[in-house]
Amino acid sequence: MDLESLYQEIILDHYKNPRGRGLREPFDAQVHHVNPTCGDEITLRVRLDGDQVVDVSYDGQGCSISQASASVLFEQLTDQSISTDLETADAFLALMQGRGHVEPDEDVLGDAVAFAGVAKYPARVKCALLSWMAWKDAVAQSASAQAHEENS
Amino acid sequence: MTTMSSQLNGLLDVETVSKDFPILARTVRGGNKLVYLDSGATSQKPNQVLDAERGFYTRCNAAVHRGAHLLAEEATDAYESARLTIAHFLGAVPRELVFTKNATEAINLVAYAFSNATAKSAHGRALPDGADRFILAPGDEIVVTQMEHHANLVPWQEVCDKTGAVLRWLTVNDEGRLDLDDPEHGLESVITERTRVVALTHQSNVLGTITPVERIAQAAHAVGAIVVLDSCQSVPHMPVDVSSLGVDFVAFSGHKMLGPSGIGVLWGRYELLESMPPFLSGGSMIETVHIDSSTFAAPPQRFEAGVPMAAQAIGLGAAVDYLNALRSVDGSKHGMAAVSAHEHALTTYALERLTEIQGVRVIGPQEAHDRGSAVSFVVDGIHAHDVGQVLDEMGVEVRVGHHCAWPLHRRFGVAATTRATFYVYNGPSDVDALAEAIVAAQKFFKVI
Repeated sequence: MDLESLYQEIILDHYKNPRGRGLREPFDAQVHHVNPTCGDEITLRVRLDGDQVVDVSYDGQGCSISQASASVLFEQLTDQSISTDLETADAFLALMQGRGHVEPDEDVLGDAVAFAGVAKYPARVKCALLSWMAWKDAVAQSASAQAHEENS
Repeated sequence: MTTMSSQLNGLLDVETVSKDFPILARTVRGGNKLVYLDSGATSQKPNQVLDAERGFYTRCNAAVHRGAHLLAEEATDAYESARLTIAHFLGAVPRELVFTKNATEAINLVAYAFSNATAKSAHGRALPDGADRFILAPGDEIVVTQMEHHANLVPWQEVCDKTGAVLRWLTVNDEGRLDLDDPEHGLESVITERTRVVALTHQSNVLGTITPVERIAQAAHAVGAIVVLDSCQSVPHMPVDVSSLGVDFVAFSGHKMLGPSGIGVLWGRYELLESMPPFLSGGSMIETVHIDSSTFAAPPQRFEAGVPMAAQAIGLGAAVDYLNALRSVDGSKHGMAAVSAHEHALTTYALERLTEIQGVRVIGPQEAHDRGSAVSFVVDGIHAHDVGQVLDEMGVEVRVGHHCAWPLHRRFGVAATTRATFYVYNGPSDVDALAEAIVAAQKFFKVI
C-alpha cells in the first residue's frame, strides 16, 4: 500500500501529539481559514517581534494531514526570522504543488518533508496547505499592522 | 446476527447489470477492483446511455427547434421524444418538463421566478398572468429544512436577500427525521400565513431520510404556499409520480440516474410555469422580439434559452428506458420498484454490517424503513478524510466531507462524515468490501 508514504510516522505522531496547539496571547494578527470542500478549519495567531516570528498559535479541526501540518508549521516557523520562514513556506508550497516531482530539501523544510507523499494526492494538498496559507495571511496582516503603527 | 448476503430479497442481477457499465471493469490504486459507492454524487453510465449520446451525434446532430432541414427535424424529434419518455416516467405530461443543466439550475429557475417577478413588479413592468404568486414582499417567509443540500438552501437565501423575505426552517431530530411535531420548530409554528414557499428535499443526500412530503405539502397549500421538491436522491432511486405527490415543482439531475452530466429536469404544474417570468433569456425562448422589448414563448420553451443540450437529454431518455427495463432476480418487481427493492435490501444489509463494527456511528435513521441508500457515518478517532483515504487505497470509493449539507452536519455536531451510496450495479459484496475497509482504516490508525 502507498498509505505509508502518505501517512508517514512523523505525520501520525504530530496528529496524535500536536505541538504548540491552542490559542495564545499576545498576538498581532488572527486569521480563520476554512477548506470549503470538507469543512476543515483553523484559527491561527502570529506574534512578531521586529523581523522575528516569536509565536504561532492555532486551534482547529480537521483530518490528520491538516492538523499534523499545523503542528509541523508551529515547530518550523516559530523563533525564526520572517524572511527565513517565508522561504520555508514557499518551499513547502512548491513541494505540495509539485505533484510528486519536486525533491524536498530537508535543510529548509525540516519535518515538513514528511508531507512529500501528500503531493501525489491532489485532493489532499489543500489539507496540508490550510495552516500554511493561514500563516502567510496572518504574517502579512501583522506586518502591515506594524508598518501602519510605525508610520502613525 | 449478520444476515447472509444470499438471504437478501429483491436484489437485481448485479453481475449482469454491471456488464453494461464499462467503467466498473477498470481497476484502481494498485490493481484493486473498483467498488463504486459514490452514486449519490454521480452515477456511472451504462453502454445504452453512452450509445444513445453517440448515436445522436453520428446520425442526426443538429440544433434543435431551429432550421427546417432533415437533420434539424430528426434532432428535434429525438429531443422531444426524450422529453416524452421522461414525462411518462414521472407520471407527467411533456409540456410540464423543462430541461436544465442540472437540479441546481432547476431550483434556481424557480428561485429566480420569485426574485425576477418581484423586481419587475417593483418597476411596473409586464408580467405573465398569475405572476402575483411569485411576487414577494418584505416579511414574507420562505421555509426550508435543516437537512437541505446547499442547492436547495443557498438559492432561497439569495431570494431573501433580494426581496426582504425571511428564511425559516424545519428542524431535524436526533434520529435524522424532520421534527414536524416540535412545538417550536414543527410544522404548525414554521408554516404560517406568511409562508410563500416551502422548499424541501424528498430524500436527504446525507441521512437517507425520506421526508413526509404529502403532509408538508398539505400544510403548505393550506396557506397558499408553493412547494418545491428537491428530488435528486429520490427520482433515481424509487418510483416517483409527480401527479400524486401534491407538490408544485420537482427538480432532479440526470447524472445521478445513469444519465449524462449537463442535463437536469424541472417539472412544474403548468399553470405555475405559465405565470413565471423567464430565467435565462435569449434565443428560442421568445415569441416576438423588437429592439426595445420582447414577449416570451409558452413553457417549457420559455425556460430553455439557447441551443439546448440535445444529446444529453437523449442520453437521459435512454437512462430512463434502462431503469424501466430492470427486473428483480426473483421476477417480482420491475423498473423503479425493482431499483427501490434492491437498494432497500442493500441498505438493510449495510446498516447491519456497519453497526456491528465497534466505533462506527451511522448518522441518520438506523433502520431501513422510509429511508434510501445514503449511509453516512463517523468512525471514532479517524477524520472522514482519513477514512476515505484508506478506503480509496482498497478500491472502495466513497464521499467524505459535509456533502454540501453543512448546516445538517453542524446539527449533528460533526465536521465531516463518510458516506456510502448504493445503486443498481452494487451488490452485497460491495457492502462487505466497505465494512472490511472500515476495519482496515481502524487498524491503520490504531484506534482498535
